[in-house]
Amino acid sequence: MTSLATPRVGVVLFPGSNCEQDCVRSFRALGAETEMIWHGEKSLPDVDLVVLPGGFAHGDYLRTGALARFSPIMTAVEEHAAGGGLVLGICNGFQILCEAGLLPGALRKNVGLKFICAWAELRVENADTAFTRRAQPGQVLKVPINHFEGNWYVDDETRERMVANGQIVLRYTANPNGSLEDAAGITNDGGNVLGMMPHPERACEALLGSEDGAVILGSVLDTLGLSSATSGVR
Amino acid sequence: MISTLHRELGLTDGELEQIVDRLGREPTHTELAMFSVMWSEHCSYKSSRNHLKNLPTEGDRILVGPGEGAGIIEVVPGVAVAWKIESHNHPSFVEPFNGAATGIGGIVRDILSMGARPIALLDSLRFGSPDDPKTRLLIDGVVHGISSYGNSIGVPTVGGEMVFEDCYAENPLVNVACLGVIEHKQMNGRGEGDGNAAILFGSSTGRDGIGGASVLASAEFDEDSLDKRPSVQVGDPFTEKLLIEASLELIRSDLVVGFQDLGAGGISCPTCEMTSKAGTGIDVELESIHLREPGMEPFEVMISESQERMLAVVEPSRVDEVIAVCSKWGLEARVIGRITDSGNVRVLSDGEVIVDVPAAALAEEGPVYDRPYERPSWIDEVQASAPGVEAPGDLKTAFLELLGSPRIASKRWAWSQYDHMIFLGTIEGPGSDAAVIRLPGRDEAVAITTDGNGRYCYLDPYEGARLAVAEAARNVACTGARPVAVTNCLNFGNPEKPGVMWQFAEAVRGIGDACAVLGTPVTGGNVSFYNETNGRAIYPTPVIGTLGILDDASAAVPMSFTSDGDDVILLGTTGVDLGGSEFATVINDSVGGSPPTLDIDAERALIETLVELAPLVTSAHDPSDGGLAVSIAESAVAGGVGVRIDEDADLEPHVALFSETPSRAVVTCTPASTEAVVQVARKHGTPARRIGSTGGDKLIFATFEVALCDARERYETGLTKRLSATMA
Amino acid sequence: MRFTAEVKVMLKDGISDPQGQTIERALPALGYTGVGEVRVGKRIELKLDAEDADDARAKVEDLCDRLLANTVIESFEVEIS
Repeated sequence: MTSLATPRVGVVLFPGSNCEQDCVRSFRALGAETEMIWHGEKSLPDVDLVVLPGGFAHGDYLRTGALARFSPIMTAVEEHAAGGGLVLGICNGFQILCEAGLLPGALRKNVGLKFICAWAELRVENADTAFTRRAQPGQVLKVPINHFEGNWYVDDETRERMVANGQIVLRYTANPNGSLEDAAGITNDGGNVLGMMPHPERACEALLGSEDGAVILGSVLDTLGLSSATSGVR
Repeated sequence: MISTLHRELGLTDGELEQIVDRLGREPTHTELAMFSVMWSEHCSYKSSRNHLKNLPTEGDRILVGPGEGAGIIEVVPGVAVAWKIESHNHPSFVEPFNGAATGIGGIVRDILSMGARPIALLDSLRFGSPDDPKTRLLIDGVVHGISSYGNSIGVPTVGGEMVFEDCYAENPLVNVACLGVIEHKQMNGRGEGDGNAAILFGSSTGRDGIGGASVLASAEFDEDSLDKRPSVQVGDPFTEKLLIEASLELIRSDLVVGFQDLGAGGISCPTCEMTSKAGTGIDVELESIHLREPGMEPFEVMISESQERMLAVVEPSRVDEVIAVCSKWGLEARVIGRITDSGNVRVLSDGEVIVDVPAAALAEEGPVYDRPYERPSWIDEVQASAPGVEAPGDLKTAFLELLGSPRIASKRWAWSQYDHMIFLGTIEGPGSDAAVIRLPGRDEAVAITTDGNGRYCYLDPYEGARLAVAEAARNVACTGARPVAVTNCLNFGNPEKPGVMWQFAEAVRGIGDACAVLGTPVTGGNVSFYNETNGRAIYPTPVIGTLGILDDASAAVPMSFTSDGDDVILLGTTGVDLGGSEFATVINDSVGGSPPTLDIDAERALIETLVELAPLVTSAHDPSDGGLAVSIAESAVAGGVGVRIDEDADLEPHVALFSETPSRAVVTCTPASTEAVVQVARKHGTPARRIGSTGGDKLIFATFEVALCDARERYETGLTKRLSATMA
Repeated sequence: MRFTAEVKVMLKDGISDPQGQTIERALPALGYTGVGEVRVGKRIELKLDAEDADDARAKVEDLCDRLLANTVIESFEVEIS
């Protein structure tokens, strides 16, 4: 195993991001190498996974994620995704991915019109993805949410297609925000881009209340380990 | 004209005389405005200084005490934290959302100015009755302001208080405490080095919060004085977040000599304070300051309280690098002046000197008042009045009513709107006795809490203040942490009234006495006077923020019962202490008599006991508001574990259940550890007695029992039911 | 030429608008009856250089499509003066 390359995770830092260090710490604890990527860069360094972390990129002014999608790095992120590279958007990162068109739909204000920071239970609806392979189908994960705009919406036609394709990967067991399909996490058609409102990086340690987030982060690292083992490509 | 203007600016005739004497001439308008803010009560502590100087401020772990942006406390050698509390009461009443938001911004910059990364916030809030629709709007605005600003800057809000009392209806208290960790090196606010550049970075400067000084504008420009109205300070959390990151990068790169945030007093404050401390002076070019609005008068520029700004003193060779760092973070940064050896703050406008004042005169030589104080006669009447100790008709009904009373009931409605988890350090969060925050990337944690009981202080300010210090220390010790330092926010009425001044003097004396015995020096804080509306003062409300140290975050003791079959042990002795209690107020509608009397030595022994017991116990929680019964219920509800209690046979049942005797704690442990727990308590002279055991799905007291789910329902919905009439 | 544009951004019909609903629910308590269909949106003002009003409108509409509105859930109206 030691001959396998260590998966390398790039975490994009937008002005106003605030969960980037937490992502770095949790991925490192799981054995990944990490690199912080400034939003003003035009190209990605040599990384296997791009993470768009939580926070308030560009203050979330206008709409969450609306300005961040125009950050210079996003063109490179789009190219990375188009080439099949893995992209994980957490919370604000999910919002940015929707604004950028890398994921379908949009995130509206929570139905309760309040910011919610609380533990949530997520059911793994599709354990056969790059982001959930460590989970059992139907496994319930305890992972916290922390957002004001997590109420996912998409038109009916797309929604039906996504359900049929297994793109609603994570569902809340008790919908906290009004999200369609109780969706907590969704993938794109290709399955290589995941956006999720809950924060897996906050749930990787029993002392903090849950280790279930490591199921998600660890799954991605497993996926990267497998691809490097089979293709030899770092 | 100037002879009357000073009064409208809040300066007395005597103070003007002092200024003229010091300068040897009449001050200019801009100088007068600068004196009015720097010599204000808020900036100069002129009424409080004589009392505050008696507080204990030194200790082995105290690296920086009062007088700087924040206190600095050593956790272990090489690791230090910054800790401070501030009030934002009046702005929050005028505009709750922005008042609360900018309150957070201000304290966060105080912590940042010491070179520390802000890593936790506590909000200590006091409002009128939640039944009043006006109060509900106020609460919603304040909570939303905290949520919006704190969440956006990415600093977790991990605890605090929310208290309801009629006396705060027209004068809410919004006190915010912030914890920071020194990341690279500790900074100081010294403007050293003749020829060094002064760089202002962050937001532009507008007419925000010019306050009383606007009379300077209206006196001169009557026709268009409407346009010169001071505006409410508006917070921009995005810029604050950038300011945090840029400032920490500047420190990491060793690019600055010193810096200070801009808060009350605007640019006037750091220019005179940084140079006064360093024995230097400064020349400020007024036209270099980046303005948000056209046509601002020089005095407006000098005292504007626009948010999200910092002043850095930088060696000339590093100026370009500093500007580059700020610009990377999207922040405006401009050289606005130079450090000189003149000892004076000089402001130049179009080449003309419009201010030339000794820095020390502004920063340090303000007036100090020995205000007269006198014990008000009404105190005797109140203390002699009925304390409301009669037994209730039905104990179970009284218990459930207390559990659902807004002051006791869960504040989840508020804190679930705050990000309390970011930084992966919140080991114990909101709802706990004290928050336990693990330092980033380390094993050590600090426990932090704020406590205050205005009702006790109203009945007896000396005892009330001592009780607040004791409770805060006890809350910290319940987590297993050793209390080591205190920051305080002293909220009082008008100090020019001898009765209010007496309350203040007594409270400060109480804080000093208690802190000295408990070994928790005061590292700074804030005084907020003039908390009065229509001549009616709030209860005197000293809020104590205590910080404790825990060597191993994973050893933190929770407040919740964790498993069935544990023994429940009461440390300390319950007495008849119902004066000013939650029971007397809620059940018997009475605020009278005397608060509990604190035995400070017993408190110290209890704290030693709790710290030593940490490895042996499974939970710890102190009985405070609502007494033993409420404390037990809180631990049971939090853990989802029932309990059976046998009460003290020597006391009337309602006294045993609801008395608020201090210096007690309830701990649980496995039966195998009970003997060891009792031994530790005995060693410290703390009474310890097994009073029951955990388990089941009920709360069983000697006189009644309640299903755990009913208790939870009362506790979790008590506040929201009262708030929900018009709020979403 | 310098033009002023006013952009109105509203949630599309059929997209639930909890802010509007909340305001609507609060109205009877304040004594207002017969008020309904409350919708909450944004108004954005900007100035721009353009050859003529049509050019200005085209530019602002492009800006709306790309940034000012999220057309998945929002619609917009542009007024040029």
